[in-house]
This record gives sequence, C-alpha cells and structure tokens, in this order.
Amino acid sequence: MSVTRGDVDDSTSRPQAFWARGLCLVLSATGLAATAGANTSNGINLPLGVTSLSRMMYGLHMEVFWVCVVIAVLVFGVMIYALVKFRHSQGAIPDTTMLHSTKVEIIWTIVPIIILVALAIPAARGILFMEDMRDAQLSIRVTGYQWKWQYQYMGEAEGISFFSTLAQSSNFARQLHSGIDPKTVPNYLLDVDKPLVIPSGTKVRILLTSQDVIHAWWVPDFGAKRSAIPGFVNEIWFTVDPGKEGIYRGQCAALCGRDHGFMPIVVDVLTPADFKKWVEQQKAAVKQAAAHTGTEPRTAQLLPQTSN
Amino acid sequence: MAYADASHSAHHDTDHSQPPTGIKRWLFATNHKDIGTMYLVFSLTMFFVGGSMAMLIRAELFHPGLQLFDPVFFNQLTTNHGLVMIFGAVMPAFVGLANWMIPLQIGAPDMALPRMNNLSFWILPFAFMLLLGSLFVPGGGNAGGWTMYPPLSLQAGDCFPMLIFAVHLMGASSIMGAINVIVTIMNMRAPGMDLMKMPLFSWSWLVTAYLLIAVMPVLAGAVTMLLMDHYFGTSFFNPAGGGDPVMFEHIFWFFGHPEVYIMILPAFGIISEILPTFSRKPLFGATSMIYAIASIGFLSFIVWGHHMFADGMPVAAQLFYMMTTMLIAVPTGVKIFNWTATMWRGSLSFEPPMLFALAFLFLFSIGGFSGLMLAIVPADFQYNQTYFVVAHFHYVLVPGSVFAIMGAVYYWLPKWTGHMYNMTLATTHFWLSAIFVNVLFFPQHFLGLAGMPRRIPDYAVQFTDWNMVSSIGGFCFGLSQILFIIVIVQCVRGGKKATAKVWEGTQPTGLEWTIPSPPPFHTFVTAPDIK
Repeated sequence: MSVTRGDVDDSTSRPQAFWARGLCLVLSATGLAATAGANTSNGINLPLGVTSLSRMMYGLHMEVFWVCVVIAVLVFGVMIYALVKFRHSQGAIPDTTMLHSTKVEIIWTIVPIIILVALAIPAARGILFMEDMRDAQLSIRVTGYQWKWQYQYMGEAEGISFFSTLAQSSNFARQLHSGIDPKTVPNYLLDVDKPLVIPSGTKVRILLTSQDVIHAWWVPDFGAKRSAIPGFVNEIWFTVDPGKEGIYRGQCAALCGRDHGFMPIVVDVLTPADFKKWVEQQKAAVKQAAAHTGTEPRTAQLLPQTSN
Repeated sequence: MAYADASHSAHHDTDHSQPPTGIKRWLFATNHKDIGTMYLVFSLTMFFVGGSMAMLIRAELFHPGLQLFDPVFFNQLTTNHGLVMIFGAVMPAFVGLANWMIPLQIGAPDMALPRMNNLSFWILPFAFMLLLGSLFVPGGGNAGGWTMYPPLSLQAGDCFPMLIFAVHLMGASSIMGAINVIVTIMNMRAPGMDLMKMPLFSWSWLVTAYLLIAVMPVLAGAVTMLLMDHYFGTSFFNPAGGGDPVMFEHIFWFFGHPEVYIMILPAFGIISEILPTFSRKPLFGATSMIYAIASIGFLSFIVWGHHMFADGMPVAAQLFYMMTTMLIAVPTGVKIFNWTATMWRGSLSFEPPMLFALAFLFLFSIGGFSGLMLAIVPADFQYNQTYFVVAHFHYVLVPGSVFAIMGAVYYWLPKWTGHMYNMTLATTHFWLSAIFVNVLFFPQHFLGLAGMPRRIPDYAVQFTDWNMVSSIGGFCFGLSQILFIIVIVQCVRGGKKATAKVWEGTQPTGLEWTIPSPPPFHTFVTAPDIK
C-alpha cells in the first residue's frame, strides 16, 4: 500500500471533498466522528502515521485535544449560561456581595493541577521513548543546505551519498508568473529528484546537521522532526511499520531563506529485501563512477567539517 | 520665598493649565494624556501598516503557486509584519493606555518622569523610520523572521544594522516607559490608594513593567552580538568560529517568552476592568487575580525552552520546560474562572467594550488550549514550526491582546473625549471582527495539523481550500478595522455628552470615574481624598 500526500491531493481539491471535510469537521467538533482514519492527514488533523513514534504523538495529541474539548464545553457552558441567564435587559439583579470564596478558589486551583499531572505523565513517558536512540540498525547522516538535503548512508550502506532537490516539474511551476497551474503538477512542491530510501521494520537513526543556516527535517507520517543546526548533530529515530512501504513526504520546517518552501523531503520505504537490492545497485553505481574517474570514493572527505 | 512661590504659581497658571497650541503641544509634550494619545495614534497607524503587510501575505497565499512576489519579498513581509505588530502596534498601545489611565486610576497628577515620557515616545517614530526604511535599501529588508535567528539573519545586507538599531531604540523606549510606570505607581498613588486596592489594570502594568526592565536589555544584548558577528568578526553565534547558534535562541527566548506576557498581562488588566462594569458587580477574587498576574509574570521567566524543543535538548530540560509551561495554565485558569464568576449572578449588558471582553474570554481560551497542546513535548514535535503555531499565537494576540486593546479604547474613549461614540457602528465593528478573526485564524489550526509549515510563500495543493478561507477571513477582518477609525474620529469630533461615570454599571475601583469626562488637562493637582 502506498499512502502518499500526493494521492490525497487530487481528491481534496474538488469542491465536494471540501464540503465533505467541512461536514467531517462539524461532526468531529461535536464528537460524533473520529477525525483520523487513514495513516496520512485527512486535511484537518495530524496523521496517525506509520511509526510507533507518530502513533504515540497522535495519541497524546488526541488525548490533550479531548481534555481541552471537555474543559471548553464545561467552562464555555458556564459562561454562556451566565450570558443568557444574568442579562440586565431581562431584569437581572446583580449580587454585589459575591466578592470571593476561598473554598471555590482552592478547588479551581487544585483541579487543573491534577489534570495537568495526568497529562504530563504519559507525555513524559513519550519523551523518554522518543529519545531512546539505542539499537539503531541503519544510520543516515542528513545535512541541510540552502536549499537541498544531502543523504549519506553509514554502516553497511557506507559510500552511498547523494543530494535531494526539488523536482524539476515543481521547480518550473513555482517560479513567479510561471503560468503553470500547480494543480496540474503531480505532488507539487512535495517531490524531489532523488528520494531518501530506507527499509521498513528497521530502526533508522538520522544524524542531522547543516552546512549553512538552521533547517529542520520533518516527515509528519514518521513523527520525525528535528532542527538541522550548523555545528550540532541532532538525532532522531523511527521504525516504519512492516507492510507500510511506500512514498512519504515532508518539508523543511525552519525558515532558512529564499527557498525555504522549496526543499521537500521524500522518503521511499522499501521492504528490507528490496532495500538490500537497492543498496547493491547504488554501490555498484558508485564503483562504476569511481572506475570512470579513477578514484576511490572516500566518504569521509564528504563529511562536513562540523562533524564531531 | 513668598515671592518665588507666588511667581511659580502665576507661571503655573499661565503656562500649564492649558496645553500649548500647535505642533509644540505634541513635540514638547510632557502631559501624560497627550503622550498617551500620541502613543495610541502611533499604535493605530502601525496596526494598519503591519496589517497591510498581513493582507499582502494572505493575498500571496490565496492560491498555490507564486502570483505576486518573489519568496524573498514574502519573507521580508512576514519578518516585518511580526516586528511592526509586536513593537509598533501592541506594545505602544498598552504604553499609551498606561500613560492615559495609570495616573487617572491611582490619583496621580501625571507620570513621575514626564520628560523621559516625552523621550520614550519620540524615540519610536525614529525607530520605525529605520525599520520600515530598511525595506527600501538595496537588497531589500530583513527576511530572517522576527526572531532573527542566526546564521540566517546574518545573511542580510544593509537592512541589517537598521533593524538592530531600530530594536535598540524600541528597547530603550520600552525600558523608559517601564521605569516611568514603576516609579509612578510606587511613589505617586493618592493617599489611601493601597497597592491591594489599586485597580487591576494598573496592577497588571506594574508586573509588566518589571518584565520589560528585566528582558529588554537581554534582547539588546542579543542583537548587539548579532551586529558584532556581522560587522566586527566575532563568532558569538558562528559555529565556524567556535560560536553557538542555539545560544542565540536561548538568549532570544529568555527575552521572547516574557515578551509574550508583556503583550497579554495588560490585556488581563483591561478585561478585569471591563467585565465588572458591564456585570454591574465587583470583580470576583480581586486578590487572587493579583497573585495570578504576579505568578504568571514569574513563570514567564522559566519556560523559554518550550520554543526550542525541536532544536535538540536533554531529556531533563524537555521535562522541566514541559512542566513549567503546563503550570502556567493554573494561574491563567484562575483568571478565567474568576472572570466567569464575576459575570455569575451579575446583571449583564452588551455594550461594545463588553462584547470585546467576552470575545477575549472565549477566543483567548482557545489560544490557551492550543498552548497547552503545544506544551506536550512529543506532540509539539508535530506542531512546531507549522501553521498550528501560527494559529495559536495569533489567537492569543489578535482576539487576545488586540481585542483587549479595542475593548479598552471603547471603554475609556468617552472618558478621554467627553463624547459617547456611535454604539451601532462600534457593535458592527465588533461583530465583523469577531466573526472574521475566526474565519482567518481557525482554519490555520487545520493547515498546521495537516502538515503545512509556517513562513512559506507557496504550498502543496492540498492546503489550498483552508488557505483560501483564511485569506478571505483576513481581507474581511482587515477591512472591518476601517470602522474602528470611523468610530474613533466621529467620537473625537463630537457626540452625546458623556457623564463622569460614563457607564451605568461602573465599579469605582479606579479614580478615573471620579473626574469629569473629558478630564481637565491637569487632574489630581491636589491629591484626592480616598475613604
């Protein structure tokens, strides 16, 4: 199954889909419908995603969302009741003796604290889960540039290294006064010339840095976002569920200058077997290129100076 | 001595009881009411300047694809929209209200340091000439975001030092304004006006003034280091020279988070004045309101890390910033509950200031809820740097701070001018603003959750619908604000005479309701008698 942002594009730009989503919004606001069905975003909510990380984030998001909804219904309910019931125009007489009540004030200080503690515990557990970088099976060094990404594989796939830039079709269409309707461009602004390729069911660790300004690498369906900062190496990990192979898309999430909006991230998730084949192909290509130029590929030289 | 005294009082009578005429009245103004008026007019002007930038941003985002500007100009618009709205519109509006209302509320004849007051206002037009002028220098304006993160902000050209000096000037102006507020409140309260009896608006400004003095120098330091890095070969934030770009973020947000409260605490004060008046009932839990403001002020200093979760942070730091951030919900909740209790068993009427205060209550709460969501660190990784954040902070700043400011203007305008304004027109202004502010910002929650990053000039086509809705809301919201000007201008020119009390249900905590509307040029020349 290939769940991509692009697949959603065409359906959501139709007016019927717009109204359907509007209805979905109304339903979800009244608590009658779940807002997320598919792994990718339905256009109004976070994606459930395809990693344990994204599901954990989605779970916390929905939990705190519903807590907020319940509090909002109660508090706004009381406010609206007061607005209707105690109207001057209806002859309401103000009770000017109601100045304060220590008892009530203690209650509405303590109750929120209890709710917050109840929210903080699973969130803290989530932080510990998210930061557990141990036992990564594949490490990839990702470097942000103005305005493209560089992917350098480490370990078994050592030697594979390439840049990933905005696809030509999007690049033509996004020029000022290009005259090209973005709706005719497949995966407009979310497509690249060469995607990052990773295996499913494998704990992938991304080592993130930048060569110029601060960027941020973000694939919503993986629940993976971290800033790429020059002089720093940040880590993120994710394991794409087996059976969820396909194309996943994201964007740079930190203002990084002129083309900040035009350095997407595309990840092609393969089965471990297909990934192995891909690695061999790439390695053979690297070797062939080296034979042509008469030099051995030396990945170490490609690493940015800022590595530590 | 007797002669000197006599001549002094004669001088006083001839020169100071009436304002000087013409341009001199404003250039050499030392009267808190005149300076307050200048601040408010300046703020309204900047609200429209920053608002026009927002209209241009929303116009470009109406459709996917680039129709109007180059991405660089788009980034200049977002950067300068933020700076103009924060430093030009919201902060000067609150300082203007402080100038007008604090002396009147506490029974002081004027601000404690009137000449410094003049200076702190007249710095601002120059600061904004520099800032807005930077858009027209070769290479264009600053495009690194209002947060000025290096190394990106250091890639700017000639506009860069103009921004830095503009920020220095704004900071100097704010610090002087804050010193003035503190000295006035601490030394010039009328006899009997104990601190715990002081109206909530003055109280909220006292805490705000301390926040300003604490953090504006930090911002000045941060931008000075940027300037040094750019022009004098230092490497404070340059990793190639051993510097640290994340350090800038820490320093910036150590300023930036209290800054958020600088822009909302006076709004809390305003709401605490308006709600009792139109509920015809004293504020519920006034003492706990003061403690809530003070604890929010304190907490604002220890939560700055929550702006930077995605930049990489030790687990302990993530836990600390998450918990302190969540803690802010407690005093904020106390305020919301106290306001609700103020309305409870009251006698409510819905004049324009009350309408804005009620919209504040509901819509600021929505901003508070999304704030609580953003505090949950793992979820924050999905929200961070998306339109969800844009929706969050616009909800607390527009239907939060800006609505509170508009409510304050509608509340005190009859006091200032001596005329009632056109209630129908003001009510229309309210309804249009309240409806379209939601059309403008609510869909941005969806855009963010669906994965649209902020600060992008162009977007993938699945974000089209909500961007269109948001843009339409933006244009209508922007146009509705013209009504605000019409109401104010009409009111200044004339209208039904306002009484000293102005509103039927005025709860006389502040002394502004004991003096005529409009107040004489000099008020409380002899200290009022407070029982």
